[in-house]
Amino acid sequence: MTETPTQIEPETNATTDVPADDAAEAPANRDAEHWAKPVDRLYAGTTAMKDDAVTGKRVRGPLQGFGQLWQKSFSVRIEGVETTPEAVIATWKQHFAEFWPRGQRFYAPLSGIKPGEVGLLEIEPLPGAPVRLSTGVLVLYADAESFTFMTPEGHTLSAWITFSAERDGDVTIARAQALERPSDPFDEVAYRMGGNRQNNKFWQGTLCNLATYVGVAEPVVETQVVCIDKHRQWRHWRNVSNSATLHSARRTLTAPFRKLTGRG
Amino acid sequence: MSATVIELDQEGPASVLRIEGDVTSGSEGDLTAAYGLAVANGATAVVLDFSKLEYMNSGGIGMLVTLLVRAQRGGVRLVATGLSDHYRQIFELTRLDEAIEIHADESAAVAAAIA
Repeated sequence: MTETPTQIEPETNATTDVPADDAAEAPANRDAEHWAKPVDRLYAGTTAMKDDAVTGKRVRGPLQGFGQLWQKSFSVRIEGVETTPEAVIATWKQHFAEFWPRGQRFYAPLSGIKPGEVGLLEIEPLPGAPVRLSTGVLVLYADAESFTFMTPEGHTLSAWITFSAERDGDVTIARAQALERPSDPFDEVAYRMGGNRQNNKFWQGTLCNLATYVGVAEPVVETQVVCIDKHRQWRHWRNVSNSATLHSARRTLTAPFRKLTGRG
Repeated sequence: MSATVIELDQEGPASVLRIEGDVTSGSEGDLTAAYGLAVANGATAVVLDFSKLEYMNSGGIGMLVTLLVRAQRGGVRLVATGLSDHYRQIFELTRLDEAIEIHADESAAVAAAIA
């Protein structure tokens, strides 16, 4: 190894929140309480949603997905409103489901958006699709200024999505940032046939609803979408075996028979 | 928050990036610059040493994924070392451990990286 390492210093001089006198007593990991505890299989607990397609599944992030990898950022400036990033995130956590565009449902965990909790959701995979997709998310991380969801096996996207807020001068900016791959070959086709655009509209609508709720008169959502890996991960094509789309389609098709036989 | 300091140590095909302080999405510029410098100097393998990591949020994990994708595209091998039990659990939770080899110490990580 060389004897003269190169130091790359950041441009800003950030400071620690812990006073010098208290530093010795600070816990070893300041972030520990914000992360979900390790979990092998997810458990959705009690929610109002009938079809729990999440319990028993593992989480699956962008590294385990099939399709191209996309990095997306949707942000809105909370102009003309006296607020803070912490207040915006508290509002977002509390009213998360209400900010979703019409027709899409999020069943929040009963204890709220906290690390390790599981939320269930019911979405339309494509505009006008006859099947409603039942899936969910794990709250992977949550602190006062951000929270992150990770998708389970079966979700159409293998993704992490982080919701955060920060100051830019006198203005607070709310942001949703996703790192996502379609989960299997069918999801990749659906994504290219309109799922990608629909997904963008979904988060644009959500940001717009959040901004309107906190008092922004005419919210403008800035969008950045970049494909950062055009390769498909063919080694993960078998993800289709967990497809929530197929699970939901099967449930839709068999609903009349289940009703007749009383099997819900 | 404290600053991110990244120390680059390079010899031959393997570079070690020693990461100190906080890793968040705000560290992306520093980490990308250090990685770019290592690759420009001819590294075909990069060891990420987290033994002085103090804090990492989900933005930091996301940044590591984009770095991993960049490395895979460029044919550069990425391995990790110096992870405490806490951060090793986070790598497992996020399934990052399936894509980045984790080694107990730096010499083993360097050996694996250039193997």
